[in-house]
Amino acid sequence: MSDDYDNSDPPVQLFAKRKKVYQRAVEGIYRRRKWIALRVCLLIYYLAPFIRWDRGPHAPDQAILIDMEGRRAYWFFIEIWPQEVYYLTAILIFAAVMLFFVTALFGRVWCGYFCFQTVWTDLFMWVEKVVQGDRAERMRLDAAPWSLNKLARKVITHTAWIGVSLLTGGAFVLYFNDAPTLLHQLVTGQLGSTVTIFILALTASTYLMAGHAREQVCTYMCPYARFQSGMFDTDTLIVTYDAQRGEPRGKHKKGESWDNRGHCIDCTQCVQVCPTGIDIRNGLQLSCIACGLCIDACDSVMDKLDLPRGLIRYETDRNLRAQPKGAIVTKAPKLRLVRPRTVYYAIVLLLLGAVVIYNLATRVMVELHVVHDRNPLFVTLSDGQVRNGYELNILNKDLQPHRYRVELVGLPDGQLLLRGTGEDEVTEIEAPANDSSRFRAFVQAPKAKANQTDITFKLIPLDGAPAAQHDSVFISGGVR
Amino acid sequence: MTDSNRLPPEKDPITGVETTGHEWDGLKELNNPAPRWWVLVWLVTIVWSVGYWVVYPAWPTLSGHTEGKWGWTQYKELEASQADIKARQQAYLDRFEGASFEQIMQDPELYKFAVAGGNAAFKDNCATCHGTGAAGGLGYPNLNDDDWIWGGTLEEIYATLRYGIRSAHPQTRQSAMPAFGKDGVLTAEDVNAVTDYVLTLSGAAQKPSHEKGMTVYAENCAACHGEQGKGLREFGAPNLTDAIWLYGGERAQVYNTVFNAHAGMMPAWEGRLDPNTIRQLAVYVHALGGGEKSAPVEAPAP
Repeated sequence: MSDDYDNSDPPVQLFAKRKKVYQRAVEGIYRRRKWIALRVCLLIYYLAPFIRWDRGPHAPDQAILIDMEGRRAYWFFIEIWPQEVYYLTAILIFAAVMLFFVTALFGRVWCGYFCFQTVWTDLFMWVEKVVQGDRAERMRLDAAPWSLNKLARKVITHTAWIGVSLLTGGAFVLYFNDAPTLLHQLVTGQLGSTVTIFILALTASTYLMAGHAREQVCTYMCPYARFQSGMFDTDTLIVTYDAQRGEPRGKHKKGESWDNRGHCIDCTQCVQVCPTGIDIRNGLQLSCIACGLCIDACDSVMDKLDLPRGLIRYETDRNLRAQPKGAIVTKAPKLRLVRPRTVYYAIVLLLLGAVVIYNLATRVMVELHVVHDRNPLFVTLSDGQVRNGYELNILNKDLQPHRYRVELVGLPDGQLLLRGTGEDEVTEIEAPANDSSRFRAFVQAPKAKANQTDITFKLIPLDGAPAAQHDSVFISGGVR
Repeated sequence: MTDSNRLPPEKDPITGVETTGHEWDGLKELNNPAPRWWVLVWLVTIVWSVGYWVVYPAWPTLSGHTEGKWGWTQYKELEASQADIKARQQAYLDRFEGASFEQIMQDPELYKFAVAGGNAAFKDNCATCHGTGAAGGLGYPNLNDDDWIWGGTLEEIYATLRYGIRSAHPQTRQSAMPAFGKDGVLTAEDVNAVTDYVLTLSGAAQKPSHEKGMTVYAENCAACHGEQGKGLREFGAPNLTDAIWLYGGERAQVYNTVFNAHAGMMPAWEGRLDPNTIRQLAVYVHALGGGEKSAPVEAPAP
């Protein structure tokens, strides 16, 4: 294959025209695992929004829900308010380090089996195969002039793709709305314009990415594919062609001796089944998503030739180098899972997890915020006393309402007046569940010597709820 | 030059692309046409623009511009969005219109609606004189405090808002303090004495002229401001014993008020604002902190 790397040709093309990948169907252990992963991923994707999680009467009962209108995010027992979006950041960082960790342990299993680009591309390729046939038939069809048959097959393929895309986009919005309600609206044609636009946009992107862009997403768009090389070391599990055993390659006729030649018969099965269209025999490359389909292809060829499996296999670079000359490896690779790299990824993960769990466990369920009126800063009353106005904002993140008495600390001769509806003086306030509520309060006191006194508002719970407090000031002069 | 004489297009040896034939100091431009997808998008936008001309206003004419099939204008869009807001408000307005002040004060939703609406209307109409925080200024009453010249119940505030003070409305609140000094009713000495006396009502030390001031007060001021100086709301005569001075509580300021008198005015809002807005304003001003409780009465007809 050295012809591919002929350096004598001066023009280096910055743009390479895409060669369409016609993936040949293959069967084998990794293909089966990929089907299982695909089913599990799709099952989770489509069923998760329908899981119910009872939160009482003051919150939705959808287990996983990002409620844009209500400005809440729910994940089973976790609820997040918009100002707590840093939890999401922490979870994303956690997910990123998790990806590094898994990569360091087992290579690009995410890319090969679980990434949505992989899963949906797989699904789309399956549709293609069912409608237009396997690799050779598809190549013939593409090369053939337009006919009724070709048109029909193409139309059916794209219609099916768009159908799958619609289902994809349709399911995505279920995470942002009450799923059963939305389904009902969908059936009765009452979908809102926002939801419709999102469904159409996601349908379009799915159709484009899984139907047309495919491996280009992994090769050109995905940052992970680019920086994975930074996470690879000699102990990373990669899809490897055992060149020592395979070379020199060449065609092989039945009955010929295997002496003085490699086991690779250059059948290119490994290239034909590759979803990203690469030749694994060229070694580790950026585009390899480590799905193992070439392993399945090669193993089936080896079986036919009565040769041991494992010419292409999941292997680490270290094992490959340590392999004695002429040895044929068929058993599962020995992994060095405990290495400095995996240990520090694990430590970072543990730390991050601990921080997130600690913060969630000690999450403040009731917050009080007090805003002093800015205009006017203070009001002089008929009897010479000074009055300040405040807005009390209570964030009750609990899923039940709480009753409070408000106490003023730091102004001994001050009088606190809480306003209810219709300007009634109230002594208790009720903070509604899972909501923020505002209350008007006045503090009235004789004019003090100091222009400004530090005071504290305290929420004294009347029903065993968590207490809360907030500092503010009492202004009695010096400014106007 | 004929076509047969034309040189074949020059090809760049490295890329195999034709050059445009232009050369600048040895640099030649390759004839790379725009990408096909780009050209297609460009053509589609041209087709799109034709449709745009048909349905939207597009071309200037001598007298204006083409209207477009859809008759769209920004004004119509604004009207539509305002109609949308109005429709949403209407649900509350319907209930608000039929509710008495008493009912409004007992209904959390209506009360919030009134305060919010009053706040917006206040900023638009009242803030010019009373300030955005309703804190007033010299000559413009602070509406946050508990001192009311014409009364601080919802009904009184509503009446003040509707008819104004010394306004052109026939039912306006009306009163006038004589300019005691300027008009020669009192001598400067009397004005000085009564000024010092008035200041003692809110706690200032007595001056030697105290007795004289008291007499002048009893003869000239008590009729409106009361024997005790507590004021009289029927006449809009301010309370002189409290800590709040509409035109300032410094001696010079009080002297000036007695000598020259003041007669601030507030326009009548009836006819300028719709009754619902005026009622919302009344609730808002009442809610600022100084509103007084009223005996339960029938709501004034809006």
